[in-house]
Amino acid sequence: MRRLLLFVPVILAVVLGVVLFAGIGKDPSHLESALIGKPVPAFSLKELQNPDKQFDNQLLKGKVQLLNVWATWCPTCRAEHSMLIKISRQYGVPVIGLDYKDNRQDALAWLDELGNPYSVVLSDPEGKFGFDLGVYGAPETYVIDREGIVRFRHVGEVTPRVWQDTLEPLIQKYREAD
Amino acid sequence: MFPELGQFSLILALLLALLLAVVPLTGSLTGRPILQDFARPLAAGQFVFVALAFALLTQAFVTDDFSVAYVANNSNSLLPWYYKFSAVWGSHEGSLLLWILILTGWTLAVAIFSRRLPAAMIAQVLSIMGIISSSFLLFSIITSNPFSRLLPNVPADGADLNPLLQDIGLIAHPPMLYMGYVGFSVAFAFAIAALINGRLDAAWARWSRPWTTVAWAFLSLGIALGSWWAYYELGWGGWWFWDPVENASLLPWLAGTALMHSLAVTEKRGVFKSWTVLLAIITFSLSLMGAFLVRSGVLTSVHAFASDPERGVFLMVLLAVTVISSLTLYAFRAPVVHSRVRYGSLSREVFLLLNNVLLIAAMLLVLVGTVYPLVLDYFDMGRLSIGKPFFDITFTPVAIAIGLLMGAGIFSRWKKTDSGWLGQRLLWPAACSLILATLVPLLFGDFEPWAFVGVFTASWVAVATLQDLWQKSASSRGRLAGARRQSRSYYGMVLGHLGLAITMAGISVVSNYGSEREVRMSPGDSIEIHGLTFNFVRVGQRQGPNYTAESAEVVISRDGNPVVTLFPEKRQYQVRRNIMTEAGIDAGLFRDLFVALGEKVGDNAWALRLQYKPLLRWVWLGALFMAAGGLLAISDRRYRIRSRQQAAEVADHEANATTVVANRVAP
Amino acid sequence: MIRAVILFVLIGCVQYAFATVNDVYPFDSDADRERFQTLTEELRCPKCQNQDIADSEAPIASDMRAEVYRMIRAGADNETIVDSLVARFGEFVRFKPRVEKRTLVLWATAPLVILIGVLMIAVMVIRSRRYSEHATALTPEQRERAERLLREHDAR
Repeated sequence: MRRLLLFVPVILAVVLGVVLFAGIGKDPSHLESALIGKPVPAFSLKELQNPDKQFDNQLLKGKVQLLNVWATWCPTCRAEHSMLIKISRQYGVPVIGLDYKDNRQDALAWLDELGNPYSVVLSDPEGKFGFDLGVYGAPETYVIDREGIVRFRHVGEVTPRVWQDTLEPLIQKYREAD
Repeated sequence: MFPELGQFSLILALLLALLLAVVPLTGSLTGRPILQDFARPLAAGQFVFVALAFALLTQAFVTDDFSVAYVANNSNSLLPWYYKFSAVWGSHEGSLLLWILILTGWTLAVAIFSRRLPAAMIAQVLSIMGIISSSFLLFSIITSNPFSRLLPNVPADGADLNPLLQDIGLIAHPPMLYMGYVGFSVAFAFAIAALINGRLDAAWARWSRPWTTVAWAFLSLGIALGSWWAYYELGWGGWWFWDPVENASLLPWLAGTALMHSLAVTEKRGVFKSWTVLLAIITFSLSLMGAFLVRSGVLTSVHAFASDPERGVFLMVLLAVTVISSLTLYAFRAPVVHSRVRYGSLSREVFLLLNNVLLIAAMLLVLVGTVYPLVLDYFDMGRLSIGKPFFDITFTPVAIAIGLLMGAGIFSRWKKTDSGWLGQRLLWPAACSLILATLVPLLFGDFEPWAFVGVFTASWVAVATLQDLWQKSASSRGRLAGARRQSRSYYGMVLGHLGLAITMAGISVVSNYGSEREVRMSPGDSIEIHGLTFNFVRVGQRQGPNYTAESAEVVISRDGNPVVTLFPEKRQYQVRRNIMTEAGIDAGLFRDLFVALGEKVGDNAWALRLQYKPLLRWVWLGALFMAAGGLLAISDRRYRIRSRQQAAEVADHEANATTVVANRVAP
Repeated sequence: MIRAVILFVLIGCVQYAFATVNDVYPFDSDADRERFQTLTEELRCPKCQNQDIADSEAPIASDMRAEVYRMIRAGADNETIVDSLVARFGEFVRFKPRVEKRTLVLWATAPLVILIGVLMIAVMVIRSRRYSEHATALTPEQRERAERLLREHDAR
């Protein structure tokens, strides 16, 4: 009986080992959005190209869409831009842009130069809406369902791989949901 | 050619390590002394070839051989020569080689300094260390070869050493820390050998003790150096952040502290053997786990190495095999018989056991706090963060309890302590501590409960330690003679306990009375903190050897009399383009002044972080005392003069006498 | 290595127009300043993940500091402030997790270990009493005799 007690350390070690082993290869800095399953926070933002035009949460309802947070000061945003164009033009998934903490003139020039993948570009010069959304660094890409509910967030570049493995299946799933 | 030689000698070292792992052990198990005798030459051989590999890697750094990938990634021709030496262990591959060098160095030290041990025992111990070094050599050669070449596309210059590491801290901190981590492998090897041959006796405890103590001393020093380095180098003035990597170094330290104390009981009284041997295994396992946490990328940290899943898997296998096999061996072989010894409820045995319970509780608290996010992730229960505020409120009470227990434990006697007598002894420490703790608010500011409790505990430990020394040194031939009569290991203990008191006092005061202001200043502005006027004079440009810097001048004065001028900098390193904050620090025994230059805000204004940190240096000063105490203790003559037979017999005797006496005489 | 050190130059540092006061975040009372200090040290930066928002130089940390500052000035209590940031960035930003079902083990570890340990020691001490009541009462003469016995035994 007392001998059995001596096996406690090895059992605890095995349990700890399994947990540590499962942690290998995962990105420990990966952070899920706090808004998953919740509606996009209320906003009322001007369109980048046309400041007279205001948009609110209605914009993100009715269909499954991507919301891409970008800025001209963000080099990774430049890297993923062509992929976003492919997603909106070739794969037919609407992408809403959120120009985050950016200079309007620079942003307009950027879209001229690289092309505009966005169905609408919202302008958030002070980053207020971004803050409410829990954005902590551009680029971030959100999957928003028909009801305007946040379903997923990807932080960092949208690579073809991310699209194929993560975003596309999710979009399919929420398109098929009722 | 030289790097290939380095690679070749690493492979030779691996072959020798494998022989060391197999041959002497086989010899000892089959009773063939000739095979046992191979242990020492093999230990020497593996050290020589690892040292040769290390020297060749150093040579590649010093000669700017950028055809070696590791050199190209971590050095640059502009790098000052002294950093080229320390850059050898500035990243994963080289630091692993340093780890192996130290491991083989410890193995050699055991081979040299254990001539008095039974040949079979030493053969087993060296074999077990050979198993460990061969697995690490395998790890290095297979996944982390420091000698890989970039041929034929040799870069013209290197990518430079990470600027954070271009510092004297890198020269001193990792070697000290690894001396500690790896040093626990000796106690581990002794424990495993004792389990294999079933000789878990007082002699085993006596042999393990000095090795454990010296490793612990180095680890204390290594941790303190790391804390000091982080304080002045990371640029925000923190000296302990409860970061996973910091915790990884604290875990073996806490377990090692417990081990030192329980070894003392096992040696003197021959009891708690199963517990002590388990602690020896746990302590080294925690060192290995630290290596895993730092190098596998399972946790985020400010200090971590670049992560690599392949290495993580290899290290995990290494860790799992070592820990699981040794704990399984433990479960089957550790003795379960009750020592038939009586302990009074206030005996030294019980005090030391309580000390172990608290230290292990502290260790498990840190361990659980460190891996908890991984556990939650494993069960898909979301993410959370466990940081400084959590550990501050959970660890502090345990630390206070350890201190309070220690003050009383110092006076306790083996077997039985009279409670009235003990109470009398404690009057002095209680009175002195109460006075000192009450004085603290008068010296530093408002009443802070935690500072009060912390200072009370620190001085409780210190006064009790000194009082014990005073009483023990009383002698009919005068105090000096009495003081001389005490052993070095006793003085080692005194120093160690005083060190803990100093560290505790420092932590209590600096965490509660340190103040910090984040201000915006233009040249000419001044601000007053703690009666000191900080005057921001100017910002200028400065050219360093491999960086350019914006250097500010801050004159600090008291009542118009200048105290010190500090030059905090913001450096931009030319090769890696990163920006580093180099704080201006005025160090003092009673307070540190810390000024960090932040961003430029507005045309002519800068953000500055000004800190006043009372008694900060005590935190590290205490660690120096602890390390000195450890080194003093192992120089005690009883570890040196006794012959092998005598040592074994006497130790056995002392310990077993009471046990057997009880069995035979009592009925 | 050391993500924290890749300093995110520019942006951030929301500027306030308090020309007369030197503090980057000026407060009316020392109590509020201390609250600000404590709160910013208890919130984790989502970007530089091993720093609190007081130390981090990431733009998001300075946005979060500004929000904490704004709410303290607006008279919000600590809980409201932390909750509002948790609502945006998740439980992750608390450096001191709440006591809840999934953190019970975490909070209970140290007290539990101490409790078990102390109980085990108590049982041991009580048990040890019945073993060797006489052993401790040995006189030096008896002890010597016993040791002599022992030596003879070992010699055999």
